[in-house]
Amino acid sequence: MLQIIYRARPIFTGIVLALARGEKLMKKMNNRDKVGLVAALVVAVIVILIMLVYGNNLQILNPKGTIASQQRDLLVFAALLSLVVVLPVFFMTGFIAYKYRASNKKARYTPEWDNSNKLEAIWWGVPILLITILSVVTYKTSHSLDPFRPIENAKNETKTIQVVALQYKWLFIYPDENIATVNYLNIPEDTPVKFEITSDAPMNSFWVPQLGGQIYAMSGMSTELNLMAEEPGTYEGYSANISGAGFSDMNFQVISTNRADYETWVNGIKHVPKSLDLDSYNELARPGTSDRENYSSVDGDLYANVVGKYMSNKGESPHKSHEGTERY
Amino acid sequence: MSEAITKTQEDKTVFGFWIYLMTDCVLFASLFATFIVLRGNTFGGPAGNEIFSMPYVLVETLLLLISSFTCGLGLLAAYRKDKSQTLLWFGATFLLGLAFLGMEINEFSNLVSEGHSWRTSAFLSAFFTLVGTHGLHISIGLGWIAFLMARIRSQGITKINLKRLTLLSLFWHFLDIVWIFIFTIVFLVGEL
Amino acid sequence: MGFLTLFAHHRGFDPILFGGQAMMVVSGILVVAALTYFKKWKWLWKEWLTTLDHKKIGIMYIVVSIIMLLRGFADALMMRAQQAMASGDTKGILDAEHFQQVFTAHGTMMIFFVAMGLMFGLINLVLPQMLGARDVAFPFLNSTSLWLFVAGAGLMNLSLLVGGEFAATGWLAYPPLSELQYSPGPGVDYWIWSVQIAGIGSLLSGVNFFTTILKMRAPGMTLMKMPMFAWSVLGSMILILFAFPILTATLAMLSLDRTIGMHFFTSDFGGNPMMYINLIWAWGHPEVYILVLPAFGIFSEVVATFSGKRLFGYKSMVGAIMAITFLSYVVWLHHFFTMGAGGNVNAFFGIMTMIIAVPTGVKVFNWLFTMYRGRVRFTSPMWWFLSFVFTFTIGGVTGVMLAVPAIDFQVHNSLFLVAHFHNMIIGGVVFGYFAGLTYWFPKIFGFKLNERLGKYAVACWVGGFALAFIPLYILGIMGATRRLDHYDASMGWQQLFIVAGVGVLVIGLGVLFQILQLAVSIRDRNKNRDTTGDPWNARTLEWATSSPPPHYNFAEIPEVTDRDAFWDMKQNKSQKAKKPDFKSFYMPNNSSGGMFIGLFAGLAGFAVIWHIAWLIAVGVAGVIGTIILRATNENTEYKMTKQMIEQERGSKL
Repeated sequence: MLQIIYRARPIFTGIVLALARGEKLMKKMNNRDKVGLVAALVVAVIVILIMLVYGNNLQILNPKGTIASQQRDLLVFAALLSLVVVLPVFFMTGFIAYKYRASNKKARYTPEWDNSNKLEAIWWGVPILLITILSVVTYKTSHSLDPFRPIENAKNETKTIQVVALQYKWLFIYPDENIATVNYLNIPEDTPVKFEITSDAPMNSFWVPQLGGQIYAMSGMSTELNLMAEEPGTYEGYSANISGAGFSDMNFQVISTNRADYETWVNGIKHVPKSLDLDSYNELARPGTSDRENYSSVDGDLYANVVGKYMSNKGESPHKSHEGTERY
Repeated sequence: MSEAITKTQEDKTVFGFWIYLMTDCVLFASLFATFIVLRGNTFGGPAGNEIFSMPYVLVETLLLLISSFTCGLGLLAAYRKDKSQTLLWFGATFLLGLAFLGMEINEFSNLVSEGHSWRTSAFLSAFFTLVGTHGLHISIGLGWIAFLMARIRSQGITKINLKRLTLLSLFWHFLDIVWIFIFTIVFLVGEL
Repeated sequence: MGFLTLFAHHRGFDPILFGGQAMMVVSGILVVAALTYFKKWKWLWKEWLTTLDHKKIGIMYIVVSIIMLLRGFADALMMRAQQAMASGDTKGILDAEHFQQVFTAHGTMMIFFVAMGLMFGLINLVLPQMLGARDVAFPFLNSTSLWLFVAGAGLMNLSLLVGGEFAATGWLAYPPLSELQYSPGPGVDYWIWSVQIAGIGSLLSGVNFFTTILKMRAPGMTLMKMPMFAWSVLGSMILILFAFPILTATLAMLSLDRTIGMHFFTSDFGGNPMMYINLIWAWGHPEVYILVLPAFGIFSEVVATFSGKRLFGYKSMVGAIMAITFLSYVVWLHHFFTMGAGGNVNAFFGIMTMIIAVPTGVKVFNWLFTMYRGRVRFTSPMWWFLSFVFTFTIGGVTGVMLAVPAIDFQVHNSLFLVAHFHNMIIGGVVFGYFAGLTYWFPKIFGFKLNERLGKYAVACWVGGFALAFIPLYILGIMGATRRLDHYDASMGWQQLFIVAGVGVLVIGLGVLFQILQLAVSIRDRNKNRDTTGDPWNARTLEWATSSPPPHYNFAEIPEVTDRDAFWDMKQNKSQKAKKPDFKSFYMPNNSSGGMFIGLFAGLAGFAVIWHIAWLIAVGVAGVIGTIILRATNENTEYKMTKQMIEQERGSKL
């Protein structure tokens, strides 16, 4: 039920918007203003149509992972909570503007009345109360949904996947299976996945909306993102931060399958001819877009090396080249 | 012109200049913050304690502190309308500042010739920029002192020159304070 | 990068780029030709370029801003067209790099050269009169600020002609993408130096107006009797004083990285790009409030005037402004929760951000209760205000949502975010400035703007805004990230992008109405002439002078006894009759110094961008030389006597 109300939220907003704007325009209600009212209604109708057409495509509202579900609930909660202030504001704006229009000589007019501690107490007090509630929620969820926080109480053990953002592709390394893929990755369902994320290119952001929020990929450091898919499916992944000319092509898919299919897939990858050593990595790291790739084995220190080459205070002597890739 | 400078206008200018100094303070604060963040990022290059010479920096500091003192004496003389004393003390300030700047340039060129330039590491970039920005301010201050001394020589201590001397000494003392911070944060802590 | 490669362009012939270049050159030639033909050069020089009159400086700010607004809007049209078309295999009208330059230019232009320019323009137009002052605290500095602003804007436009590229990094040029390694062309340097030069101008303006407000108020005007616009400007200027030096330092460091090989923000050699992101937002977040506080101030004046009622909850409003001023320094990290600073840090900045919603909300309620039991006249400034309440409130709600870190992880860098900040900046800042321009137009030019066309413009802006940005909210929820030059057809985004494109056309219609409004109003100026100096029955001191005011604003400085000083004078006519004694006063002489400082600063910036050492020297020497010349000028002011004032009045009649 909540879900339905929630999904229809923008419709309500649209209606409220249209009503309120209608009220504003009603003050004189000659033909000109009626045109404005109709225009506002048209906007509202368009909004409703959009909602009906795109309902199922709203990825953030259709989560398939534990983290994304909680984030969705939080988003709904925050939106509903703010309606407590927004609706009265919209209503009051329309009402006051209409009632105290200059032509309405019957309305009370108190030109010198400019202060009321009682009223002020209300509109300082109510928002403070709401923000206090939201602050508590914010504090709690900032910890419970911290990207670095491991997912607890899961059926299966956590799997680690290392992610390297390159110009303009994503490299995924499976350290346990010793395989790697480019621009797509398979994960087993109901299994917490710990993504360790870095970049060998300008800063990027790793985002799979249906599984949960994003985190930056930065060179010289390793950020973490813990996600878990709750059901099999293919989920879109995005590069959310501009990293150069080809960044619009930096999409990837996350394919969630059951355990058995996942094992089959891993075995399949283990038999592809290509392996990822330093040479082939350097080849891959050159700027350019890429199709999906599979690698049957990976140099074990690759991820650590990619992170390490940008570390700020290592003991090596300084280098002349900006490229740096020849250093390992 | 000089009769146009009413009391409120003078107030306004000094007040405005204080405000400008506050903004300069924020500028230096940004550079300090960056320096503190990047201090350890030597990337294989030298750290602070390998390249700083404490006695050398102490001499620089002393020069600048004394110049602040002479600057104060100069301003007092100017308020007494004592032209020759004013010129004398500001002349001393100028020479002390120049010596400070010379020492700083010398230190910089030594570092570069030893192969420790601002290209070596983030730490050295931050060092050269922070200390260099102070040095740039000192150079501007020196130009300003020279300009005002020339004006006072030709015009005497007029109202407007007195006002400008007041602003100049504010500026000069401010640079002194910034240097104390540089001395502490860059050199003293760097020695540890 | 030698000088010879200046005019070469590495992407070969580009019709859109060429179109822009041609338009600039042709309009430049037309302006020069018109000035020559009508023999207006001397007039231009004497009345405008060298003026130190704050009102004329304000007008020049606004003219430049509006030209830049049209350019920024053209960029918006291109972006919307591109995204509406580039689904699947269709690549749209722009290649990736050009598209990235366009949105970078759009953001840079709209914030630095439109919003900032309109803000300083409006402040210049009315703040001194409002305070009962004859001028700003430092008129020469004021002109210098203007010309630095113009130099920055000029440099940015020059990027189109010389070099043909601008930064392709997004409007805040995050490193390491903006470092030499990933952006080797002159585009980022153009971005740095146009913003840097204009930013220094803004900083100087901050010093100037801050001093003006604290030192130049008319006798009797205590701080708590100051008009709300002046309070909002005070808050905004405090923010400028603390925020803009950070920008100056940050841009300088990025430039040092790019120009002489330093390593502040590079990804290797120990540089720290995260430091840049922290610093730029330590400026960037206050910047949002720098822009929006004066808009709040304008609405406070507009609502009180057109409700015929004192502003409700004055003390509360002052408290709210100061609370916002303070709080806006402790929220910058909310722009990058996704950097992963940890639960406690994120929670702190998230909660601080939400707290700002409280004083902001209080202001909205106080405006509503200013209308309550008033006599509300629905003029076009009021239309802007009412539209603002709706759009800004929605923006506030999405802002509070974004302030919760766990929600932000999902919508950060998506089009949801883009829609949110346009909601704040168009719905808050732009509507506010348009309200102010309409409200104060008769004061400055002596005649009112056409009301009917003004209202059409409001309707188009609001309707177009909804059409353009509601789809972006939805697209963000659908997973569309910002700055995409194309996307897969399978995403199902195209229809919404088309709707957004239509929305921007409707906004364009609004802009056309505004241009038409100006033209029609100039045509009908004799009909709409304001002979009283007080066309709206307003409340504050700027309306106590004639429209337009004399260049010295007030022959006699008024004495203030009430918050609504002019209203009070109108109510108590007896007091007005008691004329204060006339004292002769000083006004500044014209000076071309500010213009030359701007010119040389622009030259120096250009020289740094193209690594031309001798030209850097010329630019810097020019700035220093101009300052020395100014300092040795003994003839900067002249005395206004009673005779002269009467003579001027007589010649006007």
